[in-house]
Amino acid sequence: MNILVCISNVPDTTSKINFVENGTKFDKNGVQFVINPNDEFGLTKAVWMKESHNAAVTVLTVGDQSVEPTLRKCLAIGADKAIRIDCSSKDGFSVAKEISHFSQKENFDLIICGRESIDYNGGMVGGVIAGILDYNFITNCVDLDIKGTNALVSREIDGGIETLECNLPLVLGAQKGLVEESDLIIPNMRGIMMARQKPLETIEAQNFNAESINQGYHKPDAKKEVKLVKADEVDKLIDLLENEAKVI
Amino acid sequence: MSILIYTESENNEFKKSALEALSYGKALGEKMGENVTCLSINSNNFNSLKQHGADRIIDIQNQSLEKFIVKNYAEVIHQIVISESIKTIILSSSANSKYLGAYLSGKLESAYMSNVIELPSEINPFLVKRTCYTNKAFSTTEIKSEIKIISVSSNSFGIIENVTDPDIKKIDVEIKSSDLKIKKIDKQTGAVTIADADIVVSGGRGLKGPENWHLIEKLANLLGAATACSKPVSDLGWRPHSEHVGQTGKPVASNLYIAIGISGAIQHLAGINSSKVKVVINNDPEAPFFKAADYGIVGDAFEVVPELIQKLEARNNNN
Repeated sequence: MNILVCISNVPDTTSKINFVENGTKFDKNGVQFVINPNDEFGLTKAVWMKESHNAAVTVLTVGDQSVEPTLRKCLAIGADKAIRIDCSSKDGFSVAKEISHFSQKENFDLIICGRESIDYNGGMVGGVIAGILDYNFITNCVDLDIKGTNALVSREIDGGIETLECNLPLVLGAQKGLVEESDLIIPNMRGIMMARQKPLETIEAQNFNAESINQGYHKPDAKKEVKLVKADEVDKLIDLLENEAKVI
Repeated sequence: MSILIYTESENNEFKKSALEALSYGKALGEKMGENVTCLSINSNNFNSLKQHGADRIIDIQNQSLEKFIVKNYAEVIHQIVISESIKTIILSSSANSKYLGAYLSGKLESAYMSNVIELPSEINPFLVKRTCYTNKAFSTTEIKSEIKIISVSSNSFGIIENVTDPDIKKIDVEIKSSDLKIKKIDKQTGAVTIADADIVVSGGRGLKGPENWHLIEKLANLLGAATACSKPVSDLGWRPHSEHVGQTGKPVASNLYIAIGISGAIQHLAGINSSKVKVVINNDPEAPFFKAADYGIVGDAFEVVPELIQKLEARNNNN
């Protein structure tokens, strides 16, 4: 079984978000970059499948050299091999095209992406890969069981869970639930040492055109100060919500 | 040329989010000088579309579209895009519509923009405003592809009444059989979902244990609200993952978000940033949530919430 896990390199979830150069670039100053959490749930599941399904796990990122520590961490967690497609990512679409182009030759049975990245929140890469390669696509996955060439997948829908069955190859959008937060693998010293020996290959990008361009970013307006109501005056809160905020 | 709105329905009723997508599409149509075509699948009551600006309705009745299989739905839209020379596709932000948007993007080789919160500020170039960094920021993004696929963020544009008398066109579509099958759908019936809710009542570790969740449920019930929770609560297994709100959970864009016993970690606050009015009830005045909230009560949830329930019950009885 041949698994590809697509990794996005994102600011840690606790990062303060700021922009520089007139609101056109994310301020990386003092920000730690991590594996996109949704991708990490998928990666953990893939690493489990090394034992249960004799899987070979490749991780892949489209990005410049600065993403390599994140790929090394994926190797330390248990991926067998890392690939970096060398270009700065322009938009979700061109990233997905690069991944599709690479995957076409590799015959992956399973391509795992996160449901969305926590920086751009595009939520498109998996779908675009599946659309281009004409593979099955299931996102918001919270459970996966593969038997032979058949996958049984649960995905979160509005207000419930849906269970689907399909043949491989399959593109999967991972999220929390596919594995639990407590299942995430913290690399140990042996894993870190072994990761240094594992291949991290750089391949040339095809430089597909972007279909969208971010012109600029801005942050929400500063919040007004909270209006406090005394604990023994909940009537007042109801009144404010009804007559001032007009939300109940 | 026409703007295509995929108006999602369930049990023969168009979803609230679909009517918001239609309202957005109609306003966009006015800006671009185009009419709007609603795509209706296996529905036969078009009243709500007629009340929210539909100029045309494409009515598809097809057994193989009974369940939402993304490939089949994308195939239908693909066929319509070609036959009707569609250049703009508007979707809602329901789970299925976002799923469809991503797949369509690859199939049509066109840009897909999720989380769009406003009409484009300009049409040429086509500039949309969307949320990113999990609601911690906005981006202005130019869509360059000829065909544009847009998901309208829930509760961002609103539903606008606009009575029309649309043409209804029945279309037959050919669907190839797919190896992907939906085996089972487990859905709570009757409960308001976080995605559809105007009001969300959310509980944190301050509630001390799952046995106290009746307080959250009762308050939610009185307000017609959905229930949600913080990450630690879902990690501890007190509540299902599907209720977890935040960066790795669900985003909430309700009109009112009431947080009870939630301190307000940055990841949680990011997830609820798009909610319009935020209320916090917490016994710790230093809880970061007070900096993000519009209204707050510093107090013990076990005293404040029952009191709130009682007053709301009295209010409901008087109305």
